[in-house]
Amino acid sequence: MSAVTIPGASGIIQNEPLLWEKGGKGRRGMCVPASDVPVAELPAALCRDELDFPELSEVDVVRHYTRLSQWNFGVDSGMYPLGSCTMKYNPKINEKVAATPALAAAHPMLPDELVQGSLQVMYELQSYLAAITGLPAVTLQPAAGAHGELTGMLIFAAWHKSRDSRRTKILIPDTAHGTNPASAALCGFKPVPIRSGPEGILEVAAVEAAMDEETAGIMITNPNTLGLFETRIREIAEIVHAKGGLVYGDGANMNAVMGIIDARRCGVDVLHLNLHKTFSTPHGGGGPGAGPLCVSEELARFLPAPRAVRDGELYRLDWGGPDSVGRVHAFHGNVSVLLRAYAYIRTMGPANLKKASQLAVLNAAYIKERLKGTLPLAYDRPCMHECVFSDALLQEHKVTTLDVAKRLIDCGYHPPTIYFPLVVHGAIMIEPTETECKADIDQFIAVLEQIVGEAAENPELLRQAPLRTKVRRLDETLAARQPCLCGS
Amino acid sequence: MRYLPHTDEEIRDMLAVIRRGSLDELFCSVPDSCRYEGEMPLPPAMDEWQLTEHMEILAAAMAVDDKARVLIGAGSYHHHIPETIRAIISRGELLTAYTPYQPEMAQGTLQGIYEYQTLTSRLLGMDVANASIYDGASAMAEALLMGLRVAKKKTRVAVSAAVHPHYRQVARSYLAPTGYELVELPVGPDGRTDPALLSSLGDVAAVAIQSPNFFGVIEDLEGLASLVHDAGALLIAVFSEPLAYGLLKSPGACGADIACGEGQSFGMPRSLGGAALGMFACRNEFVRNMPGRLVGQTKDLEGKRGFVLTLSTREQHIRREKATSNICSNQGICTLIASMYMASLGASGLAELARLNHSKAEYLKSGLRVAGAKVVFSAPTFNEFVVEFPGDFRPAYQRLLERKIVAGLELGRFYAEHAGRYLFCVTETTDRKTLDAIVAEVNS
Amino acid sequence: MKEFDELLFNEEFRYTEEHEWVSVGGAELMVGISDYAQDQLGDIVFVEMPEVGATFARGEQFGTLESVKAVSELYLPVGGEVVAVNEALGDSPELINQDPYGAWIVKIKPSDTAELEQLLNAESYRNMLRG
Repeated sequence: MSAVTIPGASGIIQNEPLLWEKGGKGRRGMCVPASDVPVAELPAALCRDELDFPELSEVDVVRHYTRLSQWNFGVDSGMYPLGSCTMKYNPKINEKVAATPALAAAHPMLPDELVQGSLQVMYELQSYLAAITGLPAVTLQPAAGAHGELTGMLIFAAWHKSRDSRRTKILIPDTAHGTNPASAALCGFKPVPIRSGPEGILEVAAVEAAMDEETAGIMITNPNTLGLFETRIREIAEIVHAKGGLVYGDGANMNAVMGIIDARRCGVDVLHLNLHKTFSTPHGGGGPGAGPLCVSEELARFLPAPRAVRDGELYRLDWGGPDSVGRVHAFHGNVSVLLRAYAYIRTMGPANLKKASQLAVLNAAYIKERLKGTLPLAYDRPCMHECVFSDALLQEHKVTTLDVAKRLIDCGYHPPTIYFPLVVHGAIMIEPTETECKADIDQFIAVLEQIVGEAAENPELLRQAPLRTKVRRLDETLAARQPCLCGS
Repeated sequence: MRYLPHTDEEIRDMLAVIRRGSLDELFCSVPDSCRYEGEMPLPPAMDEWQLTEHMEILAAAMAVDDKARVLIGAGSYHHHIPETIRAIISRGELLTAYTPYQPEMAQGTLQGIYEYQTLTSRLLGMDVANASIYDGASAMAEALLMGLRVAKKKTRVAVSAAVHPHYRQVARSYLAPTGYELVELPVGPDGRTDPALLSSLGDVAAVAIQSPNFFGVIEDLEGLASLVHDAGALLIAVFSEPLAYGLLKSPGACGADIACGEGQSFGMPRSLGGAALGMFACRNEFVRNMPGRLVGQTKDLEGKRGFVLTLSTREQHIRREKATSNICSNQGICTLIASMYMASLGASGLAELARLNHSKAEYLKSGLRVAGAKVVFSAPTFNEFVVEFPGDFRPAYQRLLERKIVAGLELGRFYAEHAGRYLFCVTETTDRKTLDAIVAEVNS
Repeated sequence: MKEFDELLFNEEFRYTEEHEWVSVGGAELMVGISDYAQDQLGDIVFVEMPEVGATFARGEQFGTLESVKAVSELYLPVGGEVVAVNEALGDSPELINQDPYGAWIVKIKPSDTAELEQLLNAESYRNMLRG
């Protein structure tokens, strides 16, 4: 028996078939209003054959998804220290705000004067994000972080084109977010990898050597994916600017530095924010997110249009000028996500936003300090919101990072991010976020210590994990060799 | 602050463990020159009750609110949303989970997406659907890029001018820095895409046709498919109103190679155009060129059925700059909403609802015609259509607006040649009384 | 992963520093990947192969191998024209894991057999791996 109390225990897990394996002919789970008009027919040649959909009652549907939800784990279920993903608590009032009937019913093509409430939210959110980053011009259209990056790269390309400068390359450090190279490549820039130095951060000399007149700029994630602050960012920005380049700041980790750093003072020209990370909107099992983009005054004219502006007492959409890179979304982005972030900022206010960053860093630093005797630290430097350990110790017991992660599942935790960043062997990347309290963090630390102990004494327990979930480890090779992507 | 659980004592204890004197000292690695100066200029914190009151004020500022009758579709549709959807998606296990990277504790999300992929494939008549992308516009842009990848050496794509104007704008934004060329196909007098240009275009990788198109007109997808294929290109069938496929022949049955568009109609509120749902499906042979996540079925150690993210080598986190797309997320919870909606209606429900939409639109169409308006396009339409009024419609539009009826969308902003013409949308949410009121206003 | 002394080598073949092998002799040469390479990659789930008739220079990429979470590029050890691709790998990519020296990926007609001389023989490849 272990001395450590773990939150994980076996609950009732019910089996549930696929949607089309249940139900019965003639059932229906939703009303269709009675018709109050004559039936109109479409030409038969345009009409389809019978559609092969399941037929389910309302009870069938509700039980189906309730059971599915019981096989899942969210922030509401427990600690979710997934590094780089910022799984902080998602406040419930934000859901109500997003569902405000008049705003949820707003049609995106209505004239400005008919949707003043929606436009006011957009305008104010733009100004809040500008205030938080120090970059004055904001578009809310990008639907996710990677979409913001793409928009940023479109602006890089448009800015260089406007200056008749042809640039084909872009610098991307090995501690940048994984999406950066693909976003840059979509805009015709060839990524040039820059190695971080022995301290886990970028060195000025490395950037100086790589930056030239064919390079459009640099994409820096700060704090970087090792959870370290890029302390040389200003000098690096100066070098890039001096050679006619721009600095892209991947603001995915802004949650660590709200009210602490000013992106403009750091020399950043373009920066995206992940509202689903920093501003607490729920991740929804993969989305929708929102990735607004903030830029310097000089680059404002390149932003996608429209943006909300204030005209005296009225809010209206500004349709931009000829330099705009154009739309990146059919309408205004994931507005229901924007509403949640708006509610969060209004609820927190400036002092609590700053405190959230401080506590996020405090929690990570505390975990780093308490666990560094148990697991080897990748870089023993002051960390920001996350800390990264390596698998150097586990290898001795022929136990992998994956095994530790799976054992954590049995103990009732979502595992940290594993095998990322790539610069750390068998990386275990822990981001507790500010919404975990000390007692819960202490318990998590105790559980990880216990698991590392088990790795030495009973490694098979780890290799066999998880045992308490709906399914055991899944065969990903089979899934990829014989893809079955659609039910029959 | 209720989201920040730390007591002062706990903060003190934790700082002592890491040997720091204060919270500020945690940031010793941030140089002074990078620091934020002063407090962020943001409004002060509101409690839950103040925020609720504030939102009520914003809601009251909406001249057109949820009580209004809005007869505009154009990519964002008002359909009834069953209460079951609100109840289920508020479950934190689904809503507050991340991307299912640890499949053993995310089988709910994964099975849900697998079911979404399957229902989407069946609806669109395609072999495989992905786990969704941002919205209908980015879906089409990604489909065009995919067409260029499949065709390898070609550098040109064609898009019908009857595709949603915003979708075309997004495609232009995506293609701008690439050197690929986007050609527009004109619209014929019947409101359908005129394919005459196709044969003279030469090396086109893909052709995107929306059906029902922006004017609500149902395109002759089958006819276009053979012309597009004769030209050696892929056919991309685009849609903004998937409900139409409750009745209409599926894009796959018409010969489309890729089908993509907006899924908001399936259980999501309009919400100023987002959160949206980019539905994306294709034929099996192109699956490795597809953008976005995919969920696949597999087995666990004991042979039990389970689901995982698969074919990830197409994606940005593995293939880096050579990935099929830079997309890293999907619209997650929106896929579950769409599945719930499709499953709740079933085939017969979807057909009945689609027929009701079509019938109501036809009712208004014939009412307006009798009142003297001209139906601009002769080809069949689904739940949207374009009309031209004999005189200036604006006074009638204003009078209807005073009664909280928004009578259509004026098209001049999108098509100069259609200035003064109105695009109407009628769904099951508009009752006959409202439709009669619009006709009466035109008559008066 | 295998220990060094568990690795298999084909003494007849020539090797590249990127771990491809090529057979020697005859008008058509077989190309595949070494036991070390398949072991490093893990379970191979997909092989992307060129079209028959395509020509590549020495060192040019002619295809990719995919495992569940990695993509590895394949480079041609000697330049030439692809005269056959191993269709069996389409349905059974695991053949490469099971028998790396039997599961050839492409057959080529070399444009210059002298290029073979610049490749590693089994002995020097083994030494390279030993480091």
